[in-house]
Amino acid sequence: MDSIKIIPSDELRAILWRFADRYDLQMVMQSARTVARGAVARAVANGARKSHEWSSEKAQLLDAFDESGITALFMDPRYGGYIEGPKNLALALVAFELSWVDAGAATSSLAGNLALAPIHERGTEEQRENYMSAAVPPSGGEKRTARRGAFGLTEPLPYVGVETGILSGKMRIAEWSDSTAEPILQIEKRGRFITNMDFADFVCVAVESDDERLKGSCMVILETGDQGTFDRGAPTLKLVHQLSSTRDPIFSLRVPASRIIGGYEIKDGTVVPRFSHSEIIEAVFKRTRVTVALMSAAKLLSSVEPIIRYQRSRFRGGNLEPGSPRYELGIQQKDDAVQRLAAIWAMGEASASLGFTAARVFDLLDPLEKEKDRLFHEQGIERGRQELKQIIKLQQQLLEIKKTGQKPSEDDLLLRYIEIDALANVLCPASKLWCTGQGATMMREAVSLMGGYGITEDCPGFLGQKWQDAQLEATYEGPEAVQRRQLSFTMTNPVFLFMMRGWIADLAETEIQHPGTGAAGLGQSFDLWLATLEFLQSHADDNNGKLYSSSRHGVTFPLADALCWLLAAFYQLQDLIHLEEAGAESPSLAEELPGAIVFLRDLCMLQSCRSCGEALRLLSELVHGYTLDQQMVDRFVAERSAIERSFHGLGEAKERAGRSLTCIMIPETLDYPV
Amino acid sequence: MSFFHIVVCSGVAPDPLQTLLPVSDHSAPALKNEQMLPHLLDPWAEHSLFEAANLAKNNPQSKVWLVSMAPRAKLSQVMMKVAQKASFELVALDAPSNGFTDSFAAAEKLAETIRSIPSLDFNRLLLFGGWESASRASGTTLQMTGELLNICDQFQGVDELEVTNDGSLRVLERLEGGEHQISLCAGPPAVLGWATGNLPEPPNNPQVGMTNMRQIMPALQKAQAFGYPADALQFTSVALPQQKRDTELVKDKNPQEIAREIVDWMRRQ
Repeated sequence: MDSIKIIPSDELRAILWRFADRYDLQMVMQSARTVARGAVARAVANGARKSHEWSSEKAQLLDAFDESGITALFMDPRYGGYIEGPKNLALALVAFELSWVDAGAATSSLAGNLALAPIHERGTEEQRENYMSAAVPPSGGEKRTARRGAFGLTEPLPYVGVETGILSGKMRIAEWSDSTAEPILQIEKRGRFITNMDFADFVCVAVESDDERLKGSCMVILETGDQGTFDRGAPTLKLVHQLSSTRDPIFSLRVPASRIIGGYEIKDGTVVPRFSHSEIIEAVFKRTRVTVALMSAAKLLSSVEPIIRYQRSRFRGGNLEPGSPRYELGIQQKDDAVQRLAAIWAMGEASASLGFTAARVFDLLDPLEKEKDRLFHEQGIERGRQELKQIIKLQQQLLEIKKTGQKPSEDDLLLRYIEIDALANVLCPASKLWCTGQGATMMREAVSLMGGYGITEDCPGFLGQKWQDAQLEATYEGPEAVQRRQLSFTMTNPVFLFMMRGWIADLAETEIQHPGTGAAGLGQSFDLWLATLEFLQSHADDNNGKLYSSSRHGVTFPLADALCWLLAAFYQLQDLIHLEEAGAESPSLAEELPGAIVFLRDLCMLQSCRSCGEALRLLSELVHGYTLDQQMVDRFVAERSAIERSFHGLGEAKERAGRSLTCIMIPETLDYPV
Repeated sequence: MSFFHIVVCSGVAPDPLQTLLPVSDHSAPALKNEQMLPHLLDPWAEHSLFEAANLAKNNPQSKVWLVSMAPRAKLSQVMMKVAQKASFELVALDAPSNGFTDSFAAAEKLAETIRSIPSLDFNRLLLFGGWESASRASGTTLQMTGELLNICDQFQGVDELEVTNDGSLRVLERLEGGEHQISLCAGPPAVLGWATGNLPEPPNNPQVGMTNMRQIMPALQKAQAFGYPADALQFTSVALPQQKRDTELVKDKNPQEIAREIVDWMRRQ
């Protein structure tokens, strides 16, 4: 049987993650890789992570981002960027490549985009023109420097955090001579854990009104030249992501009201911002969280090659003869070492598949969402309740069409939006939650496979640092509880649930077409997840308390966790199937593909069974933990048993994957310094 | 002001970080898993491309072509990186590019292809490439291509090219012991096989890449297939040079002692 011969090539990855037809993305990926394995790796190897302070060495990374096109990537061509259209997948690839070496560098790069995102998503045209263009690095001959931004949301609440309903940052009207003049605002904001703060020229901060002439909350752009105090604050004493600049700033500034992101209206003598801060951050985080998911995925996949090299060369310092099994294979002679590594690789594949799928779905969603906004505006549908009512109506319309077995017309962009939005709203929190949280746990396993070397600073691949960094990724841009809470709403969207029923039917077919991938168990697990959700939604506990309600986290959150496991394995399988089909058409993969398919199929089996097992454990706690309903219990036990029986073949797949890791060819040395 | 038509010849080579192990099957020798390994533009030739781009930038109206003989799929992947570093027009030939091809057959095909480039002015032609090749290491292809194009002025191991005020070329060729031979050449046509030169590798610039790729993708699509004549070259055996490692761990040794040890070691070889 064929076996994987080399670490999957870029060509194979481009097909697997569906950007083989996008040379612009392939170039961006190569560009980011050069920075990551060059400037970033050198900075880490030279010990730049050992200080909380921003240094000239760290600042050189910004120049590297500028020179390599990473900074300008976020911008549309009309503002000086070079990629037209949605850029979620492009940004995800950059985050992936940078995090392959150091996620702090990725954060440093992404924080600039995060600062611009409120302006990009909800800013006025004038604000976009001003800030987006200025953030593009100068091209040859231009006499200016790029302006850099920071996103000032997090506050000392106390400690550190963000609340969508509460803000300690305040705004007042400082000066408003008459109703025709532009009001001047007094902004008071203390930030905490604000990235890019050492060098930011402007900061987008969230503030709430502390003045009856100002309504609600908003985000405001502050600049270094504004009148008042622009104190960058003390460095945040974070343990991780040390290549990014993070400080706790203090602002007390007077700014014109035109700095309110998205603009404002004057109604009855009151300044009314067009967008509240929560509306803006919802639009921003909906996209940027996916890139964070990919950061953790990159860590797992990047750990494979250093671990293999460590395992093979483990005993070469002694008097062994080259050619002897102990010399050539080292620790890889032992099943446990290679099978555990296969499990890490499998989870890395699932993480990447889930994350990149989410990024691609957002690339589909972006133009549809703009079209939805335009059409709703034309129809006089206002944001908020009116829009929500219209969306529910459209969801019903879509489901009625789908139930007849038909598809909505491709031209019906609103229905297309409803469908993609339902999926995106699940995939964003699911990828952020699962890839970072489970990724952090699995990184511990990766570190452990390097023995004592794993927890040294000079461990090849910086595995110890990556393990620690993963914890921040699970926390920033919305910690795990926020993602679970969001999922508890979005995963019950009837459009998403209908989609899932379709997957269940498809997976039964997949099992026939692609045996040995764990498709059958996965389909049955989705089915059991649905049954559990329906049961929990329709039943009460012994005290007649509703089982599935938004505040009952003991029920909703485990269900969200179970779904994430299944989604990751599902998209890993979808990518494998795509690779089998599309890869066969690529002549350059003729030699690599057969072995890679066998190995990736085994990893699918490993991950699918692991996912089903984790989901079953979580569902079991809910079903048995909350009910004695005999009908449900009987069904659950029977289906659980059937799923577990579908694990047949797992042992063989695990052993085969392990053996493959003893034969796979790896480069002589890592392609970045340690 | 002079301007030039610069043609850079380059194949692709496996990433040197990979284990390159010769294997022989019944037809011809090859490197183990060569077709699967990541590839680079042949490093010396890649450097000559950077020199060409720099020369073109400093001499307006100049133009750079990259003529590359390599498997199309590999070349396509290599272009994702190289196309970001310099502006050029690609002329692609879809041909095997392992370390065991016949350099004379390659030179004949390259010369034929260069002759057929429309708008190429032979009186302004500078033929660039690497003085060595990471895949062949014989460094003969470029010289033969030049001969086949009737270019007599040939320079190998070039580290510097300066265009003087009268349009002549001042060329520094690498010699032993860190010294250079300085030559003056009246002007093009000339062949320059580059050593490493003095230019740093240009940073990636996706914007340059996007512009280049609009021409490169069609060029790859219409790459002419070329097969080496089966009887052109025979290999009786191939083997990896023996790696010799003689490691000694020492502390606190001064530079003079270290230098003496190295000299002694070299004398013993």
